[in-house]
Amino acid sequence: MEPQSELLKINKNEYLAQQKSKLEDALDMGLTKNEYNLICEKIDKIPNITELGIFSAMFSEHCSYKSSKKWLKTLPTEASHVIQGPGENAGVIDIGENLAAVFKIESHNHPSFIEPYQGSATGVGGILRDVFTMGARPIALMNALRFGSPDQPLTKHLVSGVVRGIGGYGNCIGIPTVGGETNFDKSYDGNILVNAMAVGLAKKDRIFYSAATGAGNPVIYVGAKTGRDGIHGATMASAEFTENSTEKRPTVQVGDPFTGKLLLEACLELMNTDAVLSIQDMGAAGLTSSSVEMASKGSLGMNLNLDLVPTREDKMTSYEIMLSESQERMLMILKPGSEEKAKSIFDKWDLDFANIGEVTNTGRLILTKHGFEACNLPLEPLVEDAPEYNKPYEIKTDKKVLKPTDLKTNLTIFDILKIIFKNPNIASKKWIWEQYDSSVMGDTIFANGISDASIVKIHGTEKKESYGKGLAITTDCTPRYVKSDPIIGGMQAVCEAARNIASSGAIPLAITNNLNFGNPDKKNVMGEIVGSIKGISEAASFLGTPIVSGNVSLYNETNGKSILPTPVIGMVGTIDKVENSLEISAKLENVLIALGQSDNFESGWVGCSIYQEIINKKYDGAPPPINLDNEKQVIEILLKLTEQKLLTAAHDISDGGLLTTVCEMLFKYNLGLDINLPDNLINCDNNDPLLQSWCFGEDQARVIIGTKNVKKVQVILKENNVDFFVLGKTNSTSNLNLKDITTISISNLSKLNENTIPAMMGMKQQG
Amino acid sequence: MRSGVVIFPGSNCDRDMIVALRKITGKTPIKIWHKEYDIPNLDLIVIPGGFTFGDYLRCGALAARSPVITSIKNHISRGGTVLGVCNGFQILIEAKILPGSLIRNKKLLFTCRETTLEVQNCMKNPFLSGLKIGECLKIPVAHNEGNYFAPEDSLKQLKEEGRIALKYIKQNDNEKNYNPNGSTEDIAGILSNNGKVLGMMPHPERAINYLQGGTDGLKFLTNCVEQIIG
Repeated sequence: MEPQSELLKINKNEYLAQQKSKLEDALDMGLTKNEYNLICEKIDKIPNITELGIFSAMFSEHCSYKSSKKWLKTLPTEASHVIQGPGENAGVIDIGENLAAVFKIESHNHPSFIEPYQGSATGVGGILRDVFTMGARPIALMNALRFGSPDQPLTKHLVSGVVRGIGGYGNCIGIPTVGGETNFDKSYDGNILVNAMAVGLAKKDRIFYSAATGAGNPVIYVGAKTGRDGIHGATMASAEFTENSTEKRPTVQVGDPFTGKLLLEACLELMNTDAVLSIQDMGAAGLTSSSVEMASKGSLGMNLNLDLVPTREDKMTSYEIMLSESQERMLMILKPGSEEKAKSIFDKWDLDFANIGEVTNTGRLILTKHGFEACNLPLEPLVEDAPEYNKPYEIKTDKKVLKPTDLKTNLTIFDILKIIFKNPNIASKKWIWEQYDSSVMGDTIFANGISDASIVKIHGTEKKESYGKGLAITTDCTPRYVKSDPIIGGMQAVCEAARNIASSGAIPLAITNNLNFGNPDKKNVMGEIVGSIKGISEAASFLGTPIVSGNVSLYNETNGKSILPTPVIGMVGTIDKVENSLEISAKLENVLIALGQSDNFESGWVGCSIYQEIINKKYDGAPPPINLDNEKQVIEILLKLTEQKLLTAAHDISDGGLLTTVCEMLFKYNLGLDINLPDNLINCDNNDPLLQSWCFGEDQARVIIGTKNVKKVQVILKENNVDFFVLGKTNSTSNLNLKDITTISISNLSKLNENTIPAMMGMKQQG
Repeated sequence: MRSGVVIFPGSNCDRDMIVALRKITGKTPIKIWHKEYDIPNLDLIVIPGGFTFGDYLRCGALAARSPVITSIKNHISRGGTVLGVCNGFQILIEAKILPGSLIRNKKLLFTCRETTLEVQNCMKNPFLSGLKIGECLKIPVAHNEGNYFAPEDSLKQLKEEGRIALKYIKQNDNEKNYNPNGSTEDIAGILSNNGKVLGMMPHPERAINYLQGGTDGLKFLTNCVEQIIG
């Protein structure tokens, strides 16, 4: 080998990257002193800058899950229908007919705050690659978004940018964005959440995995060229924000949905041949995590010649190439001899295709640049020795039970409903949804709030007697409940997701979760993480919906202020006949029945409710309790009634309680209802706390159904010991009457519901 | 009937159009790759929607310079029939096969929603001739640049020659946002001077079954097929 002085002449920066590191370099890269010492000890040398960069990326919270791993291991991940649980690019479940659903949710929180358009667009691009890396064609996108207070000036800019970014990527690549949730709270003012979920479809026996195989097999780089964007993005995503965070803009990647589309088509075309042995997308920590993970999962090694990596710029160093997070790139191991055939496919799609090295059996990652050894590291410490912390925690719960009579107000029921539908958390998200192409691919049945879960038909399952099978997808979390009681809040997120899937007529099957929290070094934040994982675990195992993939996003804090704990649950289910799936909207002259857990439907749970916030200007007290037996009973009865085609609508009761849910069901066809009240409430005043708690309480495990066959439904509900309360028959008046107490104009509320978000975004009122 | 669907890098409604045409004709349309110069004789060529070449330049501008456009122009000069939907319409305009331009939606936002179209009293053509003048079709749109614009003289000529084929229309007097993109005179689709080429922003291939927003798209495409095969 040439002396290092030669390297200095060729590429000065590469020369610097190959120099021995110092402790200060490690601290700059976000490693601790202990971690640096551990690295030096494990690899038996002082790492050079490139090697240290690789360690810092692999040891980052984003890649190593060092704070949460201990607890993530406790999540239930197995069931007979699980083909692949956590640990791969995405989770895989068996959905029958020799098909598999492949799905995952992932956060792009920090980049989206710094650069909302590119941050959210690359979030979508990244999650799509996770899915098609497994050999699945993505068929639907979902998201869970959290923004700061609507009246904070930055919020409008962030909402606009994130929504355009999500649409910009999804619309262009041609995969429908079919739903999700968008909420606002001041705790997200300096730290928004952008969680994107993708669902794909594959043949059950054609799933591709990432573990490298066969020493001597070629390692192929495909897709876009490597640039200097996003260097150390994984490290940035693992740190708290300060006022100067927007200075981190250069660490945000830039999305190219067009190249993403070409890469998608080229990869799926290649996967139709027998050339691909293993494949991994270059997501967080780019070439570093993909090469390290592929080699270590296969218990092998890898030699790469970085001079062969297609780059966008001259004289990129080994450090930059390994840590770049340029988008739309994949790494794969091909069957020897199939390179030509594979290359012709990538040529057709005008994508780079480079043979950059080979699989070895050394257990080491060896990289060369300009003929010099830029990195020579054992793989084991990179993966196995990534720290796993058992951080101290304290699960804080608010046990105080608020009674309805604790809340006193002069507001009428109509006043409260008006306030509710002026709240952007509840109001229609149509303004957002219309910016997403929800119908491309031609299989969307229900998108964007038409049903409690979004329904996408499974292409090719059409039969003579049926439109075919469908997938039901939802994302859910109620952070204010998690804040008050992390365990109950974790359970509630799972239960609401399952209820939403069942309300659409589908069977809940499995979960992908996105755990968004603040700084885990704080005891109470760590307690939120531990508590909600406990709650999620308990509910998910009880309901038989294991967690098959997921993502953790920590350090969601700005200047020491943490976000509300937000463990988002993405759930997938199936429905055998898509024509049986249910809208939330009630039909004319159908009977609405509230069913499920209740205290005889005589009052409501007000702690932590939207109603409480209206009266008290804050949320506190214990959140509504969760009874898993009742949750299961509601899911089962919904499925039974759907199967017998007895329902015309279903909508779960969540934010804003029973009356809000009723209004949402009446909006679409502008219907009215003379609503029955429990005997104890018939003679109440309009502002009676008990009556209002009945209207707006947020008790769980409840759903409102619409039916034409009220007698038959009642018989079945009684046979199955399900509590229920008949609300009444819909009419064409567009008035919701509560006996003699009040008359509420549905068309009036419907207008508010439609106009809230456009008004917030400064758009003209819609006619 | 022999039909073909053109595929560019970034086309993304090609499969949907193929599904729709197969449903109607019972035959699978051929796929035409954008680099092809020679294409067989076809009764109908469809340029589907998508984001060809990412729409990173003006929408459709790069696709309009692909080799296949020469073949499509030859097909048109032989009296062949071409339907361009959404990005396909943008490509036809960029290729100067149809006049005018499609600019950003008036609200500067991507819009995906249902629209109601009215069949116009226009020249003889194979797309609408079997439908009634004034007939309404519910067909969705999904685009960022669908705001049709043409200079006044050009617009006058389009009107005189009966080449305005489809317009967005209100369903009731109070409806303010029936035009999803602010297009001039609510234009949703226009014809070439021989009536054999139609460019339209709405996606008929997305309205082909009752569960998914109705079957007016199916009705529209079925009529096209019937008119073409006579």
